[in-house]
Amino acid sequence: MSTINEAMHTVALYRLAHGRTGDKGDRSNISVIAWQPALWPLLEAQVTPEAVADWFAHRAPSRVQRFLLPRLQAMNFVLDHVLDGGVNDALNLDTHGKALSFLLLDMPVEVPASLLHLLAGPPEG
Amino acid sequence: MNDPGRNAQPARPALLVGCAAGFSGDRTDAAGPVVDTLIARLASGPAGQRAFLIFETLAERTLALAQLRRRADPESGYEPLLDPMLRPVIARCLAHGIRIVSNFGAANPRAAARHIARMAREEGQPVPRIAVVEGDDLSSPAHHAALRAQLGAQMDGLRIVSANAYIGAEPIAAALDAGAQIVVCGRVADPSLTVGPALSHFGWHVDDWEKLGRATMAGHLLECGAQVCGGYFADPGYKDVPGLARVGFPIAEIDADGHCVIGKADATGGLVTAATVKEQLLYEVHDPAAYLTPDVIADIGDAQVHAVGVDRVALSGVHGHARPTHYKVNVCHEGGWLAEAEISYAGPRAEARARLAADVLRHRLDGLALRVDLIGALSIFADDAGRALAALPDTGVRDVRLRVAAAHVDRAQAERLAREVTSLYTCGPAGGGGVRTALTPRLNTLSCLLPRDAVPTRFEMMEAA
Repeated sequence: MSTINEAMHTVALYRLAHGRTGDKGDRSNISVIAWQPALWPLLEAQVTPEAVADWFAHRAPSRVQRFLLPRLQAMNFVLDHVLDGGVNDALNLDTHGKALSFLLLDMPVEVPASLLHLLAGPPEG
Repeated sequence: MNDPGRNAQPARPALLVGCAAGFSGDRTDAAGPVVDTLIARLASGPAGQRAFLIFETLAERTLALAQLRRRADPESGYEPLLDPMLRPVIARCLAHGIRIVSNFGAANPRAAARHIARMAREEGQPVPRIAVVEGDDLSSPAHHAALRAQLGAQMDGLRIVSANAYIGAEPIAAALDAGAQIVVCGRVADPSLTVGPALSHFGWHVDDWEKLGRATMAGHLLECGAQVCGGYFADPGYKDVPGLARVGFPIAEIDADGHCVIGKADATGGLVTAATVKEQLLYEVHDPAAYLTPDVIADIGDAQVHAVGVDRVALSGVHGHARPTHYKVNVCHEGGWLAEAEISYAGPRAEARARLAADVLRHRLDGLALRVDLIGALSIFADDAGRALAALPDTGVRDVRLRVAAAHVDRAQAERLAREVTSLYTCGPAGGGGVRTALTPRLNTLSCLLPRDAVPTRFEMMEAA
């Protein structure tokens, strides 16, 4: 891990991880999968249930659970009551909440300079 | 078969299971390359190798829509795309011993079976042995008391359209054991389409939870079709997928212990990597240690994936626990009307004019809970209550489509929304254009659990007509 003096850089979570959304009723699940094993500890420390609940505050989740799958360097978030009733009830165009993985992946994460070379995609301009 | 020097029989060759549809409405040209690949693998594979083709075509509301079609026409109510999905491959499947298992029977598996028998004859094949699996459909009044016992007052006044238990793999396996070449199901759990063939082929016990757990996750990886092969994955610059326009559909090789390797049809686009498999493994999963199906509680808490070749990924570390004592039941009922309407604003102050139009609609449509989207500024990330939009200052976007939506039990109330949006042409802000409106009947869903012994399942071999 980084030393205490190492400079930290704020990047979007999609530079560290990818993911997919699924839904059942009024419950959304969103996977967050590290691109590199070395990035996994950052996800575990920063992409917490509390941080995700804050990030989704406008969708008013009644509960946010996080399940860790360290062998896959993945975590699974389960967000209750974020789909305005779910596929049959919501007035959203995206009643499944299919797009929500990209909302989560836009969350800011702090990355130490020594790990920046592991990030996916082109650096943001 | 028996080698006196060993306790166990030699393991049977891996079972090949290809998937050619991941939902109702999937591509109808998906099956061809899957079947061609299965035929080639059978030709080059070990003696005793067997192959199956599955189609998964049911989602939460698909069955209710199928029941509505069946009400209008007693000989309909199965997958509308059954013919274009199956006809291109049925002759090759039957000629090469590739058996077919699907839930494309939807609300009327017997009518689907009759259609398939007709199709086989038209394609120059002897009529195959077709089994239908039944017991999932609980929509008849005879079942209402059992549902009411679980749902209570929620049932009062409901106009029920469909009620189905998610049944499991056992009747599928029994039908295959009896020699079925095609098994037509209604609402079986998606992974059971794969577990049924594995149960039959390997002769597993139905309480061999470890093997059933592994086969269930193989089925889970297959059940959304292209989603494990680079479909629903591409993100340019981050997750690039070659040949997405001709993305392939998956084929699993399942061994005698239930372990699997996921690959895809030859000569197709897409890719199968650790990343595509991880995304699909967690798709629609809640607690990874307890993925509930009627066959087993699968556990992927310790699962691992490893690339074992080009477009070949092995899944290991899956466990299984004793199956739930109850079936999940979904009850779909009539839910009033959904009204939607849209109008566009573009150029200078477009967003300000769209927001003013929304204010006009809120004044005119009191009594309707209005959802407002400013497509181009904020829409699908927002919420029905409008918290996100209220917190967002004008973004200055110059090409905005205003969308409003509301639901109401009374059709006349819902119709007000379309009329008010249309009248924005002359009575709303300047420059609005491109009005579109839609009024759609809604279906709502309730879920409950029923004990397994309250939902007897069976298969029946159709008489060759």
